[in-house]
Amino acid sequence: MVSVDQTARADSMGTSSKTTRILGGVLLAGIALWLFLAFVVTEPDIRIDGTSGQEIGQFDAFRLIYVHVPVVFVAYTAFVVTAIGSIMVLVKRSVWWDLVAGASAEIGALASALTLITGSIWGRPIWGTYWLWGDVRILTTLVLFMLSLGYLAVRRLEGTAEERARRSAIVGILLVVNILIVNRSVEWWASQTIHQDSTIAEAAIGGSKAFTLFYSIVLAMGLFTWMMIHRFRLAWLERQFDRFGLDDALTSRRAEAASVLEGEMS
Amino acid sequence: MSILSEVRLIMGKDLRIERRSKIALNQVAPFAILIVVLFGFALNADRAALTTFTPGLYWVTVLLASILAVHRSVAIEAGEGAREGLLLSGLRPASIFLGKATALISQIFLVSIVLLGAVVIFYDARVDDAVLLVTSLVSAVVGVGAAGTLYGALLGAQRARETVLPILLLPVLAPVLIAATRAFGDAMGTVATDGWAWTALLASFAAIYVAMGVVSHGVLMEEN
Repeated sequence: MVSVDQTARADSMGTSSKTTRILGGVLLAGIALWLFLAFVVTEPDIRIDGTSGQEIGQFDAFRLIYVHVPVVFVAYTAFVVTAIGSIMVLVKRSVWWDLVAGASAEIGALASALTLITGSIWGRPIWGTYWLWGDVRILTTLVLFMLSLGYLAVRRLEGTAEERARRSAIVGILLVVNILIVNRSVEWWASQTIHQDSTIAEAAIGGSKAFTLFYSIVLAMGLFTWMMIHRFRLAWLERQFDRFGLDDALTSRRAEAASVLEGEMS
Repeated sequence: MSILSEVRLIMGKDLRIERRSKIALNQVAPFAILIVVLFGFALNADRAALTTFTPGLYWVTVLLASILAVHRSVAIEAGEGAREGLLLSGLRPASIFLGKATALISQIFLVSIVLLGAVVIFYDARVDDAVLLVTSLVSAVVGVGAAGTLYGALLGAQRARETVLPILLLPVLAPVLIAATRAFGDAMGTVATDGWAWTALLASFAAIYVAMGVVSHGVLMEEN
């Protein structure tokens, strides 16, 4: 009979702890400050054209930078963590790293999707189009997003935990190789087709704008950490359930059979 | 047994199965020709447009047909303990990878030659630089076959394979589509670009994926 420490498991039935609750509270306050900085403190991007004297710039669309750039940072950090986790799975054969890689990839997929969405919303008024073929970063991010969906699909395939971990680890490492090849080829392709010069207006970033941008990146990293901890703990609990859930079911079924047997005997 | 004869053994097995079942010839190749015809309908049979876009349409078709070929290559190991047989054979995982990849590459190559005839007939494609065309074709097909074998082995006998393989493989093959389309554009005289540079990219992709397959196949063989 497998003995399971009931009290230890009862303690781990949630994904929050005192530390994460404090971190969550700080981050909530941080989001409020971020909204205040992004919408009240900072000015819209309006400049005066030297020759015509007209107002130019990105106006309020500029504020999207406080979302767009932070999610880019989160996306790339998340995929780097996935790659490191994948390597560690193969080196150390550890479940811990597998769960880290998986949790990170989910956040990475979300962040790269947000990168594309916020970029498109910004591109509509500034570039006049949601989608710009020929921009390396847009295309690379899209392929990265697609690759991460493939990775997540592989994680959900059947098999034992160890099989799934190693299989996912190989796809996770290939993710990095692939994104390097994709980036190279798209860069080359774009430069040989339409060659889009960077149309990002030379918006003067300084003062409160620079601070808000920097602050939003720090905040996003904090949110990434918070989400990582919770997603990791959830994955850990799922794994515990897979491991002990069957044992528990067997134990209770055996107990039931034994009581029925006793009833017949008496 | 040397690696070379092991590779020949595995390749021979897969090609023998193909010769007897004729899946690539009787199902994958007609499917590919069908797509070429469908593109003709989709582009309203506009000859000029079809000729201009031949390289891109051709390579999209090759990639879609390759997905089917990869499924087939995995499927023949999926049933009747074939996988266990391979594991117990004592052959090196690297040879098994190279053997299966070579067989898959030969079949995709066969299909792409048939397709080449189809685009010449249906799209009025003309070949300006045959050497460039063949070199880029071979480089691209080797890349597709190596990546296909690697990801195919990864998914193995999984029931979800049919839906997971395309979403996994097509983004990976995006660089092949880009590079092969440009190289063909140069070889067919529809785009002014340096086709040989793109062929070099295709060859690098192929080399990377052959190397990755050789290195990782041992780990992949142990599971699924």
